[in-house]
Amino acid sequence: MPTSQQANLLNCEDITVQFGDFKALNHFSFELEHRELHFLIGPNGAGKTTFLDVLCGLTKVTKGNITFEKDKSIKDMPEYEIARNGIGRKFQAPSIFPRLSVKDNLELSMKQKKGIWDILRATLKNEDKERIDSQLETIGLTEEAMQEAGSLSHGQKQWLEIGMVMMQEPQVLLLDEPIAGMTEEEEEKTGDLLTKLREDCSIVVVEHDMDFVREYSERVTVMHEGALLSEGTMQEIQANDMVKEVYLGQGRVS
Amino acid sequence: MHERQSFFTTKQGVFTILIVILAILPLLMSDFQTNLLGRFLAFAILAVGLDLLWGYTGVLSLGHGIFFGFGAYITAIYITIESSGGGLPDFMMWSGMTELPWLWQLLSNPVAALSLAILVPMFVATLLGFFTFRNRIKGVYFTILTQALVLTMVTLIISQQQYTGGSDGLTNLQTIFGFSLSSPQTQLVLYFLTLIVLTVVFFSSLRLVNSRFGKVMVAIRDGENRLRFSGYNTAHFKTVVFTLSAGLAGLSGMLFVMQIGIVTPTMIDIIPSIEMALWVAIGGRGTLLGPVFGALLANTGSTYFSESFPEVWTYLMGLAFIIVIIYLPKGLMTIGDKLTKKRRGSHANQSAGKPTKL
Amino acid sequence: MEAILLQLFNGLSLGSILLLIALGLAITFGLMNVINMAHGELIMIGAYAAYVVQLLFLTYLPEGMFSWYFIFALPASFLLAAFFGWLLELSVIRHLYGRPLDSLLATFGAGLILQQLARTIFGAPNVGVQSPTFLAGTIEIFTLSIPASRLFILLLVAACVGFMFYYFYKTKSGMRIRAVMQNRKMASSLGINTRRVDSTTFAIGAGFAGVAGTVLTLIGPIGPTLGTAYIVDAFMVVVVGGVGMLIGTVASALGIGMFNTIFEYVTNASMGRVLVFILIILVLQWRPNGLFHLRTRSLD
Repeated sequence: MPTSQQANLLNCEDITVQFGDFKALNHFSFELEHRELHFLIGPNGAGKTTFLDVLCGLTKVTKGNITFEKDKSIKDMPEYEIARNGIGRKFQAPSIFPRLSVKDNLELSMKQKKGIWDILRATLKNEDKERIDSQLETIGLTEEAMQEAGSLSHGQKQWLEIGMVMMQEPQVLLLDEPIAGMTEEEEEKTGDLLTKLREDCSIVVVEHDMDFVREYSERVTVMHEGALLSEGTMQEIQANDMVKEVYLGQGRVS
Repeated sequence: MHERQSFFTTKQGVFTILIVILAILPLLMSDFQTNLLGRFLAFAILAVGLDLLWGYTGVLSLGHGIFFGFGAYITAIYITIESSGGGLPDFMMWSGMTELPWLWQLLSNPVAALSLAILVPMFVATLLGFFTFRNRIKGVYFTILTQALVLTMVTLIISQQQYTGGSDGLTNLQTIFGFSLSSPQTQLVLYFLTLIVLTVVFFSSLRLVNSRFGKVMVAIRDGENRLRFSGYNTAHFKTVVFTLSAGLAGLSGMLFVMQIGIVTPTMIDIIPSIEMALWVAIGGRGTLLGPVFGALLANTGSTYFSESFPEVWTYLMGLAFIIVIIYLPKGLMTIGDKLTKKRRGSHANQSAGKPTKL
Repeated sequence: MEAILLQLFNGLSLGSILLLIALGLAITFGLMNVINMAHGELIMIGAYAAYVVQLLFLTYLPEGMFSWYFIFALPASFLLAAFFGWLLELSVIRHLYGRPLDSLLATFGAGLILQQLARTIFGAPNVGVQSPTFLAGTIEIFTLSIPASRLFILLLVAACVGFMFYYFYKTKSGMRIRAVMQNRKMASSLGINTRRVDSTTFAIGAGFAGVAGTVLTLIGPIGPTLGTAYIVDAFMVVVVGGVGMLIGTVASALGIGMFNTIFEYVTNASMGRVLVFILIILVLQWRPNGLFHLRTRSLD
């Protein structure tokens, strides 16, 4: 899918993130197209999670530019602005509101005006209910809707968080190791969920499980020591000598 | 919803029963006891406000003494002016003042005084909240800052002898709107006024925590970072809740001072500020109803014991702090919960974060 | 010129007192993340320990020996406060690791009990402790005449800070403590008894509070509520300095002491306090995590 620079949804140019003397990201560039499922792989400490942190505003870049939807520079935006602009983040450890019901978790995340006055006056309209119900169905938690989210199983919490991020109707969904700690059955369900979700948005997934990457990936970016090592389809990546050396050589691919 | 439950086991129901009892009690009590209970009702207003902030939003302020104090002092200044019949209050003459300072002149207007008693604490809270929450100063760091605020302000109040009566406070409070503060009738009216205000505050707060705003509050408490990545500027929400809570403390101070007829710096210092948190902890954080009971019981106990066995009381209060915090994180409401749990089965543990709907 | 130098010394002196009070907190709050509101009462215990040692010397030893009481009071106050700290950790704080706000409230309760205990034993009114004679006069430095006790406090605090740096960064047991505070699970799997480290660390922090108490007897009379006056300031010092950074605590204590003295000199005592509070809020705008704070990758 060759597209011009302008058509990219997200452009990261030459970004560097420095912690003390350590460069977590080192002149890293990255492009994301519309409706793309893009995997990020690399050995531990390669900077994958830091990169997601940068995209959602958790970590600020030391140098470089990030443009979103042609002209929005997100590098100095606070996280809530980035979220409102359509970049949603799912964290590695399930991060939900444990004392609210599953339904309330989705209600809060739902795309809506999130200022003080808007929230004070907000009521649950019928169309909101429908949106929530259909999301509940997508993530398979219809029966658990009224349960406290804290009482869900690990896998269910992960889906709930994905559902919460999807309620934001993001254009970019950032996922950090979504299948870590899941059973095989849950992994498969998650893979299907991703395929379904990418009909509506672009997805960036950090993943260690190579079988999972092979099965669901289109484009894969390999990172190493904060920099770009290689990019392409999984076949291309696996044929790349450099990748083999720094990454496959470590015996991480099963 | 789940199976319908009787009105009397809901928070609204229990609170209504409590209000009815409190409305009847003056018939059975002496004027003195009624007055005392009236003050505790004023404390309960503060406790509800502190619960919104601490129990629901997870932000502990140990600065509520000073917000209460702003309300109490501003009201007391108005009453002092009225009681001095247009002349200078005694303590000002002793400090060598010759005319009423402009700030006091402003407070001689009842509307200005009574609104400022609520607005000043709100304003101070907004300022402090804005400058701390936006920098992610939270948890214990924020709490310590609120303590420093109390310390600073109380020092200031004590030092400004000529405006505030210094460490003696304002003591010559006699009439309000022409009614004598020492007459039982006035005090009875104030008692019922406080009861009505508490009722309004309680039901409004209950409504608030059941609304989407209330869910945002709980979400801030349990996962502020997550909420920020969901598109909420949590700093603004926290500032608003802090401000609201400070306003309720001011209101509480206003009603309190009318009933006690004196305000001194020791009533609003660090230690009373921490005791306010104890009322909420004893009653049960994040329950609204618990803190009302907490404020009433802790103060009744305090009055009873501190008169009869002051030493024992300090030990008891110290122990209460330790035991409640370590073993009863939900305070007295733990007991209430156990009772309703049988009734409501698996949904019982929702009561703190998300009160049962009718 | 002389006036300025004197103010500078006063600032330094106030800063050193703040630092001494905050040193124990730098351990219990900075390293262990426990908000010990009873820290003030541990200071009070240290002060009464000095008082009792002084009484013993007055009663049982010849007058010429009196001044030596102070040499005994310092370790006595350290040990007594450390013992109470150890008790406190065992009975209350142990249950509250990872719940800093709760530790604040529970230890406040413990503080009330300790205060009442002091009232029961020593009575509510303040008592005075006679300074040892060698700390009574003034010392001439250049053109300044400086109270000997203030100079002594300055040196003692410097010694305490030096000792703490040495202990935590150079000795085995100091390293063990830092290891446990930084990564409890890892340290535990390396065979470190984390429970013991916790209680020891807390006791050391409490011991420093005791030393601060002894020092406070040089400044004025002491009473059961002695600690309350200092506790909030001490916490502010640690917060402004950057939690977990000993060097930050030092800088912040001296800075706050200095500015407090300057502001008080320019305005008055209470306005000085207000200005310091505003300054602290402003500093936190610039450095929300305190003066000294490492940028790390960790999410809170």
